Amino acid sequence: MCLGIPGKVIDITGEGVTRTGRVDFDGIVKEVNLAYVPDITVGDYTIVHVGFAITQLDEEAALETLAHLQEIEAVEVELDPDAALAAEEAAARGEA
Amino acid sequence: MKYLDEFRDPELALRLIDDISRLATKRHVLMEVCGGQTHSIIRNGIDRLLPDEIEMVHGPGCPVCVTPLETIDKALAIASRDGVIFCSFGDMLRVPGSGRDLFSVKSAGGDVRVVYSPLDAVQIARDNPDHETVFFGIGFETTAPANAMAVYQAKREGLTNFSMLVSHVLVPPAMRAILDAPTNRVEAFLAAGHVCSVMGYEEYDPIAAEYGTPIVVTGFEPLDLLQGIKMAVVQLEEGRAEVENAYQRAVNRKGNLPAQAMVADVFTTIDRNWRGIGMIPQSGWALADDYRSLDAAERFTVTDIATVESPLCHAGEVLRGTLKPDECPAFGKECTPRTPLGATMVSAEGACAAYYLYGRFRELEASP
Ligand code: SF4
Repeated sequence: MCLGIPGKVIDITGEGVTRTGRVDFDGIVKEVNLAYVPDITVGDYTIVHVGFAITQLDEEAALETLAHLQEIEAVEVELDPDAALAAEEAAARGEA
Repeated sequence: MKYLDEFRDPELALRLIDDISRLATKRHVLMEVCGGQTHSIIRNGIDRLLPDEIEMVHGPGCPVCVTPLETIDKALAIASRDGVIFCSFGDMLRVPGSGRDLFSVKSAGGDVRVVYSPLDAVQIARDNPDHETVFFGIGFETTAPANAMAVYQAKREGLTNFSMLVSHVLVPPAMRAILDAPTNRVEAFLAAGHVCSVMGYEEYDPIAAEYGTPIVVTGFEPLDLLQGIKMAVVQLEEGRAEVENAYQRAVNRKGNLPAQAMVADVFTTIDRNWRGIGMIPQSGWALADDYRSLDAAERFTVTDIATVESPLCHAGEVLRGTLKPDECPAFGKECTPRTPLGATMVSAEGACAAYYLYGRFRELEASP
């Protein structure tokens, strides 16, 4: 039950405990209670669990995490001359 | 799909696995607390891609699995009554009670309905004023705000024909119970991402400090899981024991404050019996005094419940992480998702179901 997946808020109606919106999960649209994400607006992404938005996804944090994951390789190549050489050779073969 | 595909990139996953292999100089045992994470790990074969040094054991984070047998039996008794519409999440229907399940109550003519959200049950109560509508309110902290809202709205509207059979459980006391057990092997936890979306992660600081156990808040996609594992391994290798967050896009330190406020209003903390594990002090939520009139356990006095677990089932050891599902002698033989002996074989988050679903059979592995 905890495997919420991200969806995009496409409209919002009501307020307070009945603040409700439609959320698009890649084409499947569901009605979701938005009372617990009072700051969310149309176009934002949220995690939905049993019909409730439980958190607003933080785009900046997502990009930061991804950039960090990509960086792992960049740093390794700099630190490891053999790996850098191998990578260059591979690139050269690819171009030839 | 945004926020999904990026975190499933196989190339980055392999790089993370390489990293973990380089970092791990000795054996480490990590537990993912949440059953959703267990399924993602087994489905993606993450446990097999990890270096031999890293062993993942699966935790008790499956609400359906830990709902006490006597509560299931109570649900079965209430659902069998005339004039009752019994609503539940779908997972609950096949969970074995003492001898039968909700599904068999339904086949025998009981009005048992699967709902997606607890608010659907409140709507059923509005639509059927001459029936009693009962919702089976189970779950961890992730589900509590939804169930609390259903109770809150029903009370606010004066819906006298709605009630909830509540069996909520909490992650931090379960972590302590696991670490306190003499047989414990767990050295670090991956904390359940969406539990922390609701509760934040400050409540884990004292556990990390007292037990010297690293705790990393972790998401559900392959890269999230691998990043969580990597951060836990780095801490273990460096001899640190802190709470870290590998799931920043969905979790912040304080969590969801409006959701916490609703939960604090509707629920109160109590000692709770966990199926297969036993009593854990202050590990559950029940309805607070102001909402007791909506407590199905009080509204429908159910007596004469004698609970019987299958003698073949080892779910308790599975839930504590001391036995892998495929080490249970009944796994895939007497016990399958069609003929489950324990709740861990039924739920979408149960470890036995994950092993069965993704073809983890010992015989097959052993054969050349
Ligand atoms: S395989 Fe079946 S019998 Fe064995 S522990 Fe899991 S649920 Fe119980």
